[in-house]
Amino acid sequence: MTQLILFNLFNGLIVGAFYALMALGLSLIMNLTGVINFAHGGFLAIGGYLAYTLIPYLGFWGALAVAPVMTAFLGLVVERFLIRRVYGHDPLYSLLLTFGLAFIIEDGTRYIWGAQAVPYEVPSSLTTPLSSEYFFLTGYRLFMVALAAISVSGLFALLKWTRLGMRIRAGTLDLETVSVLGVNTAILRNLNFGLGIYLAGLAGVLAAGQLGVEPTIGSSLIMPSFVSIIVGGLGSLPGTLFGGLLIGVASALTSVFYPSATEAVMYVIMAAVLLVRPRGLFGQEGRF
Amino acid sequence: MLNNGSLTRYAPSVIGWIVLVSLPEWINVVAYTDLGSRVVILGLAAMALNFLLGHTGVLSFGHAAYFGLGAYGAGLTLRYLAPSTGLAILVGTGVGMMAAMLIGPLIIRLRGVYFAMVTIAFGQIFYFIAFRWSTLTGGDDGLTNWSRQPINLGFATIDLKSPVAFYYLVLFVFAVATAIMAKLLNSPFGRSLLAIRENERRALFLGIPVNLRIWLSWTVSCGFASVAGAMYALLNNFVDPRTLHWSQSGAFVIMAVLGGMRSFWGPLIGAAIYVVLQDYLSSRTSNWMSLVGLVFVLVVLFFPRGVLGMLGRRTQA
Repeated sequence: MTQLILFNLFNGLIVGAFYALMALGLSLIMNLTGVINFAHGGFLAIGGYLAYTLIPYLGFWGALAVAPVMTAFLGLVVERFLIRRVYGHDPLYSLLLTFGLAFIIEDGTRYIWGAQAVPYEVPSSLTTPLSSEYFFLTGYRLFMVALAAISVSGLFALLKWTRLGMRIRAGTLDLETVSVLGVNTAILRNLNFGLGIYLAGLAGVLAAGQLGVEPTIGSSLIMPSFVSIIVGGLGSLPGTLFGGLLIGVASALTSVFYPSATEAVMYVIMAAVLLVRPRGLFGQEGRF
Repeated sequence: MLNNGSLTRYAPSVIGWIVLVSLPEWINVVAYTDLGSRVVILGLAAMALNFLLGHTGVLSFGHAAYFGLGAYGAGLTLRYLAPSTGLAILVGTGVGMMAAMLIGPLIIRLRGVYFAMVTIAFGQIFYFIAFRWSTLTGGDDGLTNWSRQPINLGFATIDLKSPVAFYYLVLFVFAVATAIMAKLLNSPFGRSLLAIRENERRALFLGIPVNLRIWLSWTVSCGFASVAGAMYALLNNFVDPRTLHWSQSGAFVIMAVLGGMRSFWGPLIGAAIYVVLQDYLSSRTSNWMSLVGLVFVLVVLFFPRGVLGMLGRRTQA
């Protein structure tokens, strides 16, 4: 029993890390531009599929490095030609626009790569269990957790110590002033969008190894990411991270004791948080 | 909304009703009667959403949940409770409205994007319940083995088997529902909703209990969405979890925007365009999903004010 709980706890941590990576990207974009990117899940799927296509040429490690960058580049293009047009308008329009994009991407991936999940090879050095007692501790799983932790730390470091990060943080608080101080906010928002999409692409590559990759993977991961943001509190990146891990672990543990509520539990947590603290656990007062 | 009485104001509505009432007479030339029923039902759902979106100014992206609850309420009633179409519609509406009333207090304090996100997320609860509780709902395969029953009025029995008879039932429900919504919007209550849409802070200073009004508007809006959902279940004699899915919510929003969300009838026109387009595309190509997505993108980029907004008809709510 202990082993089963540990197994699910660890699984929950991994799934939570996916949620968090995706939700952090969503949060970054939303904080700076007020756009909820419904197509975020679509970019995640693209990341996974690009890695699948690149593996025969670049190998696992090469694909892991290149696929998220390519996804991010696609994000930059999409922002430049589509998303940019709805800044400053009613949030309704950004929702509808990215909603349509999500449809197009899901259908597009199905058209290019087929409706069935594609097999995704993880190097055998990573798949062997590290311990016979704790059979679930494969190298790949530990590697995923480690990589997610490194990416998240990298993101926070970038936001805290680099010039770009400082500008993103400042823009989140008051974009107009940042613009007046001579920062090109068009480029800033573009890069910020690309950064968010990079995280989605990275989550996609990692998820592909763990869950396999199929066209609907994006739409199945987007709702938990929303819940992570709501639970953690809008406007707070550490909150989003915490929210993602919390609901990942909570639904994994629920699957041990009451499997049919695996998905429902995250919404119960969300309802409880909204009841007690409408702005979310770490949300700033009066921001939304 | 039709209160100044001039002929030019009445004319579009009269023409609209003539088109709707005569629909079974001409639709078979281009399509089939059930498509007409679908337009009217989804139009009602989009108008119900627009009660909140266009007239109260609150962005809900989770109306499919209440639409779907109405559908499951009706389907489950006919499957397990009693062979009564009327009861099925009432139960469906009651279930959807009750859920909205209960969820309302959790969300009415939120605004804008946040409100939209939370409504989407809450909608997913019902999706997963319908999906997981397969002994009751049939799960992913949907709820089957039931069908709409003749309505017994005491002095006469209306057989709903034929698509035309059912279309007129749909139109009757639609007429009653839209009449109530129009009446509500024209009442002082409706005016206070418009005040909230235009300037929430000012409405608050005028003594309008903003959160309470948004809660009422939300409940009314979701209630009519569940009426539409119940009718949708009866139309198909079938319900599946996709009725509850967030992509259906997005479809309602795009219908409202496509038709023009500042006008009362706009969403119906939006629904007509959307449903006919989707029906046509899905019969022609398996990639209809990207084409529908393209519609979303094009509407946002080029028709943000919708068809009626483009025509420049300044309808007062």
